[in-house]
Amino acid sequence: MFLTTEEERMLAGEEGRATRKAMQILVALGEIYGAERLVEVSSVQVSGVSYKNLGDAGLEFLDELAADGRARVKTTLNPAGMSLTDWKSQGIQPSFAEKQLRVVDAYRRLGIEISCTCTPYLAGNEPEFGQHIAWGESSAVAYANSVIGARTNREGGPSALAAGLTGRTPLYGLHLQKNRVPTLTVDVGVPLGSPEDFTAMGYAVGKMVPDGIPLFRGIRMASLEDLKTLSAALASSGGVAMFHIAGLTPESKAEPASAERAAFSSKDLEEARASLDDEGVPDFVSVGCPHCSLTELAALARLLKGATVKKEFWVCCSREVKRRSDEAGLSKWIEESGAKFALDTCMVVAPVEELGYRVVATNSAKACHYLRNAGLRVRFMSLEDCVAEAIRGR
Amino acid sequence: MRLAGRAIYAGRAEGLALVSSVPMSFYGGVNPDTGEIVERGSDLRGQSVKGRILVFPHGKGSTVGSYVLYRLAKNGAAPAAIVNAKCETIVAVGAIISEIPCVDMVDVGKISPNVRVRVEGTTVEF
Repeated sequence: MFLTTEEERMLAGEEGRATRKAMQILVALGEIYGAERLVEVSSVQVSGVSYKNLGDAGLEFLDELAADGRARVKTTLNPAGMSLTDWKSQGIQPSFAEKQLRVVDAYRRLGIEISCTCTPYLAGNEPEFGQHIAWGESSAVAYANSVIGARTNREGGPSALAAGLTGRTPLYGLHLQKNRVPTLTVDVGVPLGSPEDFTAMGYAVGKMVPDGIPLFRGIRMASLEDLKTLSAALASSGGVAMFHIAGLTPESKAEPASAERAAFSSKDLEEARASLDDEGVPDFVSVGCPHCSLTELAALARLLKGATVKKEFWVCCSREVKRRSDEAGLSKWIEESGAKFALDTCMVVAPVEELGYRVVATNSAKACHYLRNAGLRVRFMSLEDCVAEAIRGR
Repeated sequence: MRLAGRAIYAGRAEGLALVSSVPMSFYGGVNPDTGEIVERGSDLRGQSVKGRILVFPHGKGSTVGSYVLYRLAKNGAAPAAIVNAKCETIVAVGAIISEIPCVDMVDVGKISPNVRVRVEGTTVEF
């Protein structure tokens, strides 16, 4: 692989140990995937934040890098396993919290913004069309490639971090135009009227194309919230890192690479929605997977105004979107109802199963997928029904 | 026999081969403290990777698996070296950050279980 003089210096250790380690990772990945060279990135999103996954060794690794490593480009962080400020009221053990805070401190010393959100594109890390970026967090990867038209592979924690510390990533995969064309055309024969329809369809199609690029036809409109939850669903049931919607997404005019076709009917949608729904009475309600947008918070404020929730109800969002919600006077309606903002974290990465809950109501297929993996039962319903469920009690 | 491959992380190691014919997942598949393989469906379930020349086609599963390799190394339970048919991101990154010698692009089918293997740079000898 070709390296510039500056990159050679990084690899030789002339810019410190952390930079050297980062460059070793990028060069090895470049060799494996046949990259001709590295490409400069304008934005990085790092996954691998929860102490539950990193353990003491992961923490030690980050500490070592933080000794002399610094992010060279805008680098933001995925959610952690708890709120960084209100972990006690979330029921998190002090032993876990202490380690989680040390992980976050290491990232801070590495010059990374402690944004702790899976929706960096709603919280100040907003790449532009055509830019090369290196993002972890599969739902944000799918959103960035598909909706924004920025270019990223599906990075893991260390490879995204390596990109942040060097400002580079190997030029292969979705960074190249030829790999961004559809591999499957999906004719959608049913009107999708809500984010729940989009997320259910995404979950079903993600299973059909484990790592391909679907092109959806027949979708006439989609909101940011529809596209956000579609991205998350496609990336959780499969490994989809990019999709197109004919007439809507910026690269949807690309010619399909293959003639492979599939149809998605009203019956498929019904089945997809039903497949996400278990039985049981929810004892926990959560929305914001991926983290809520300001529009969703406005809807929640309208629905919760003057009401009282009778179940544990988490509204997951970034601190940045919460700040905008505060300014718009929306947060107080949500908080006065008894619903809790879950900042820096979410129902997927927080140890919800260890907090004693059994059945979770949510409006996200991705959340259903991971909560089931954690041994919980899920009820899949709209945002409005989630609020109704929380208010009704039982 | 001497096989020439590609060094993902160049180094030198010697040990007995532990050979899996199926892809391996480290996150959830290997106990990060002991090195015991716990993955359901693995043909090596119950065995430990500690100190072995771990031979398998390629990695799979969550990218958090790279940190599992690092935890194994810190706990003294890592394989002495890794030999793959085709290395992918999880194992490559794990080997680099853990400084575990790792070679790929070799015919792993030629390596029999429990033979003594020496890994050096880009070569695998047994």
